[in-house]
Parts: sequence; C-alpha cells; structure tokens
Amino acid sequence: MISIGLGHYLTLAAIIFTIGVVGLFLNRKNIIVILMSIELILLAVNINLVAFSIFLNDITGQIFTLFILTVAAAEAAIGLAIIVVYYRNSSTIRVEEINSLKG
Amino acid sequence: MEFALLFLPLLASITSGFFGKYLGDRNSEIVTSLFVSISALLSIILFYQVIINGYENNVVVATWINSGTLDVNWSIKVDALSSVMLVVVTLVSALVHIYSIGYMSHDPHKPRFMAYLSLFTFSMLTLVTSDNFLQLFFGWEGVGLCSYFLIGFWFKKETANAAAIKAFVVNRVGDFGFALGIFLIFYLFGTVNYVEVFNQIPQILEKKLLFLGMNVGAIDLICMLLFIGAMGKSAQIFLHTWLPDAMEGPTPVSALIHAATMVTAGVFLVVRCSPIFEYSPLTLNIITIVGMTTAFFAATVALVQTDIKKIIAYSTCSQLGYMFFAAGVGAYNVAMFHLFTHAFFKALLFLGSGSVIHSFKDEQDINQMGGVYKKLPYTYAFMIIGTLALTGFPFLSGFYSKDAIIEFAYLKGNTTGYYAAGIGILTAVLTSIYSWRLIFKTFHGDYNNKKTNINEMHESPLVMLLPLFVLAIGAIFAGFLFKDLFISHSGGNSFWGDSIKFLNPLSTEHPPLWFLLTTPALVLTSIPIAYYLFVKDKDIPNRIAQSNKPLHNFLINKWYFDELYDVLFIKFSKKLGIFFWKVVDVKIIDKFGPDGVSSLINRLSLKASKFQSGFIYQYAFMILLGFSALLTFLILN
Repeated sequence: MISIGLGHYLTLAAIIFTIGVVGLFLNRKNIIVILMSIELILLAVNINLVAFSIFLNDITGQIFTLFILTVAAAEAAIGLAIIVVYYRNSSTIRVEEINSLKG
Repeated sequence: MEFALLFLPLLASITSGFFGKYLGDRNSEIVTSLFVSISALLSIILFYQVIINGYENNVVVATWINSGTLDVNWSIKVDALSSVMLVVVTLVSALVHIYSIGYMSHDPHKPRFMAYLSLFTFSMLTLVTSDNFLQLFFGWEGVGLCSYFLIGFWFKKETANAAAIKAFVVNRVGDFGFALGIFLIFYLFGTVNYVEVFNQIPQILEKKLLFLGMNVGAIDLICMLLFIGAMGKSAQIFLHTWLPDAMEGPTPVSALIHAATMVTAGVFLVVRCSPIFEYSPLTLNIITIVGMTTAFFAATVALVQTDIKKIIAYSTCSQLGYMFFAAGVGAYNVAMFHLFTHAFFKALLFLGSGSVIHSFKDEQDINQMGGVYKKLPYTYAFMIIGTLALTGFPFLSGFYSKDAIIEFAYLKGNTTGYYAAGIGILTAVLTSIYSWRLIFKTFHGDYNNKKTNINEMHESPLVMLLPLFVLAIGAIFAGFLFKDLFISHSGGNSFWGDSIKFLNPLSTEHPPLWFLLTTPALVLTSIPIAYYLFVKDKDIPNRIAQSNKPLHNFLINKWYFDELYDVLFIKFSKKLGIFFWKVVDVKIIDKFGPDGVSSLINRLSLKASKFQSGFIYQYAFMILLGFSALLTFLILN
C-alpha cells in the first residue's frame, strides 16, 4: 500500500491544470467548454493550495481556497449570463464563429 | 523717365495678373493698355532726345550680383541702339494691347492675357536696356517664357500646348549656345559688362582656344556661340521650326512677339555685339550665309502654304534672314533700319490678318476665303499697305530698308556679298509673289467659305482698326522719314554714336543705277503676274503644282525639316526617354525604391495581422506561452 503524499496531490493538480489549459485552446466547439476548462484550472489551483496548506500546516491556504471557490462561482454565473446574452444576439455560441475581434 | 518707362509695363502686368479678378475684365484692359501706352509715349520722347541731343544714359537700378570679380547691375542703358528698340517694342506693344481689347472680346481669360502681354513688354525692355550680358540673358529668357505662355494661351487646344513646348525646347538649343558664349566671355574677360568686354576685345585677337578638339580663335568662338543663341531666338534656318507652329497662339501675340519684337532680339544681339563681331570675319560670313539661306528658304515655303498666319510667319522668318545678312555684310545700321520698318509693316500684316480671321470667325485657311474686299474695306486697305511695304513698293518703308540691304550686300564687293545680293533680289521677288497671293486669295476671287454667310461678314470694331491705322502710317512713312537718320550714305553714322562699331567704314559709293532699279522693277511686275495667277487663271498654279509634284511636296512640307529632326533627334530621344521612364524609373528605381518599401511593409503588416485572428482561445494560448517564457526566464536567472 502506498502512502499518498504531497507529490501525488501536486501531480493530480498539474494533470487537471494541464487538462484545463489544453481544453481552453484546443476546444473548437463551444464556449461552455471554455468555462468548464477555466473551472478545472481553478480547481487545480485549489488542490495545490489545500495540499500545501496541510503540508506546511498553515491554515491560510485553505481560507484562500474558500475565496477562490466563491470567486469561481461568481465567475461561472457571470460567464453563463454573458453566454446567454451573446446567444440571444448572435444565435450561436460556437467558438469558431466568434471572431469579431479579428484584425 | 527711364524708371517709369521700364516699370510701368511690369506694374500693369502685376495689377492685371494678380488683381484682375477684382478689377474686372474691362478695367484690366484699360490699366494695361494705358500703362504700356504711357511707356510708349515716354520712349518716343526719349528717342526724340537721342536724335536731337545725342542723349545717352545708364541708370543703375540695383546691384544684382557682386561676387568676386563678377559684378552685375540691373541697369537701364539708353543709347541710340536701345532707344530704337524701345520705340519699336513699346509702340507695337501698346497698339497690340489696344487691339487685343477688340480681338479677345469673346475670351474668358482677358486679365491673364493682358498680364502676359505686359510682362512680355517688360522682359523685352529689360533685354534691350541691359548694360551687361547677364541682364540681357534675363530678358532673353523672360521673353521666351512669355512667348511660351502666350503660344499656349488657349491651353485647352492640344496643338497650342504642343507648339508652346516646341517653341520653348527649340529655343533651349539656341540658349545653350548663348549661355556658353556668356560663360566664355566671363572666362576670358572676367566681366560681363558690355563696355568693359568691348574694350578688352583688341587684346585677345590672337588668342586660340581648344574647343571640341579644334584650335579655334577665341573671338570666332564667342561670336559663333552668341550667334547660335541669336539663331534660336530669331528663328534662323535649322532652329526656325518653332516659329510657324507658334502661330497657334492668338493673333495679337503673333504680331507682337513673333513678328515685331521678340524674334528680332537675335538681330539686336548681333548689332549690340558688333564690337565683337567686327573682329570675326569668319562668323560674319556664316551669318551672311545663314541669313540668306533663311530668307530664301522661308520665302519658298511661304509660296505654297495655305494658312494665312503661317504665310506671314514664314515671311517674318524670311525678313529676319534679310536682317541677318545685312548684319553679316557689316551693315548693322541697315539691319536695325529693316528691323525698325519691318516691325511696323509686319505687325500691320499680322493684325490685319487677325482682323480677317476675326471676321471669318476663326477661319485661317486662305482657300476658304476670298471676295470680301467690299465687306472689309478698311482691313483690305491696311493689308494692301502692309503688303506694299513688305514687298518694297517704291517709297514705302520696306523699299528703303530692304533695297538698302541688297545694295550694301552688293557694295561689300566680295563673293558672299554678290551672292547675298542675288539671293536678296530673288527672295524679294518671291516675297512679292507670296504676299500678293495672300491678298488675292483672301480678298479677291469668289467667296469660298461655307461656314459663314457672306452677308454676315462685317468690319472689325474701331478698337481694332485704330492700331492698324497707326501701324499703316508707320509702314508708309517710317522708311522715308528715318532713312537719312539710320543709313545715310554720307555724313558718317553720327546717330549711332558708340552703340555700333564699324571696323571699316561702310562704303559710301552708290551701286550702279541698273542695280538700284532691278528690285523695284521686278517687284512691280510681279503684282500683275500674281493677279493673273491667283485671280484670273487659277488653273496655272494648280497645273504647275501638278507637273512639279515632288517640288511642290518639298515646299508644302517645309523642306521636310520637321521630318528630318524627327528622324535625327526626336525618335532617338523619345526612345531614350521611354527607356528611362519604363525601365529605369518604373522597373528599377520605383521597384526597389518607394514601391518596394511600401509593398514590403504591406506584406509584413499582412503577416502581422494574422496574429489578430479574433479567436479568444488563441489569445489565451499566447498569454500562456508568454507567461511560461517569462517564468522560465525569471527562474533560470
């Protein structure tokens, strides 16, 4: 039986972070996936914070995680709201078609 | 007085040119005509003083250039020679100004036209009153510029623009020689002032210069170069091609610039520089030959032309040839005398033909005219007077001056002289024939114009007839009144004073009587001949033309000079120009210069704009990449 240490947590967090980042820019389908990817990235950060908090025996990290969760919830709410409004205006949320910033 | 004389035309030009819009057409016409007329009156007074008192003056207006040994003034030099030119220039100019009020009455750009005319007058005055070669050159170029403006005055007419450019370019050839001549004078004498140059001439008689690999006398070279300048301005053969084309300009311009004043500047130059030319027999011989060739050539071409103004233009060319060969045989005063009388009768002829053209509503082809002498009685009378004077009808002005030229050529006594006299007589006969052809085809015979009904023909307004009247007076009496003053056989040359130098005094003998009678007799007999040929039996000229087809073509194409130059110079330079334009400029300079840089920037910025894809995930990726790179950098350091 292996003992689960800091390394495992960090590895997991790194894997989730990577999945989030890759999902962010390989995603060609729709914006909701981007939102989900951002959530994943934040999650990875949270795991890191909690892991270090336990490892260093410092409560700050866990409190910080709570803040991040709050912000993430708010962000998800705003993001979804933007998507709804955007869909009303342009009747699509396909990432490929959202390029009005193109120079 | 000299100040007012010189600067009134400039003032008129500025007033009309810059403020014509506010003054209105009529006021600009009045201002310019009035100022130039005052100038004309002043110059007549001045001329009178020169005759009576031998008045001479050199008013220095300002210092122009003062650098090292080069010291040039703006000055107004008045002596016998320039006073004659002043009278000719300002008088004809004033009359042309007044005439233009009538002639240009339908033109929308009157103030501009009057401003150009006045500016021309001013330039011509600076030319003749200069006391040094540089101011002369200034005036020389000034009149060239005004000539360009005025030939191309109707700028919407393609041919007028082409003619203006041609006049300017052909004159450049002559001016190049002239400028070289001035450089050489400054190089040899260290000054361009007339008096100082003329005083130093005897010191360099033996001097030789290496020019184009030839060893030539310095004086010969100076004279040749100056004469090339004179040839360009005075439309002598080889550089004459611009003058007939210059007839595209309005007729008053032709009368003022291309008959009476500007084209005589070359003759004036030769006469003014007589203290140099006198020491170069070689150049004088060349001048004689060029002069008589031009006289003969232009007269033959004038025989077959059908454009009324071109006939008179070739006639001018021919008369300028007379003036030059007069100067060439050393009779400078006779050249000036012919210049003086010619200004009157040739301006009269031009303005008369302008009146005809005006009546025919801008028709210039003499085959389209005819039979209108009853409709245009005054114009007809004035044209007859001009023609009689031009052909040298006894006791009119041309009789005294032209016959004097032929006599002096004869009295010169060498081969060139006799030859020139012979050509002179022949040309006089030709002159008579083409002049009467012009009169008979224009005023007699049947009415041939289809565009304008004969009943619509009307005489020109008084404002146009008045200048004709004044010029007609001049054409009749100028020769008789001034012959003793200008060319008296006895009494030396007291009038001319120091302004003309004769190395050997002119012969005071008279040629034999038969010689004196030849020209007038031939000229008189040619009138009925011309009448018979061009009115009574019109088939004869046609049959002669038919049977001598090659000769006729040769003449009607003006001795193929234009075609020759086309082959010799124009085609080559055109090809060269196109090469420089299409290959050197477009394909090399532009391609690698402005066009190259701009297309490079264009391509680079297109590439750069690819980054702005508009996809947020790409931006995010870039942010990540940049952030990672920055982080790596910081960690490694």
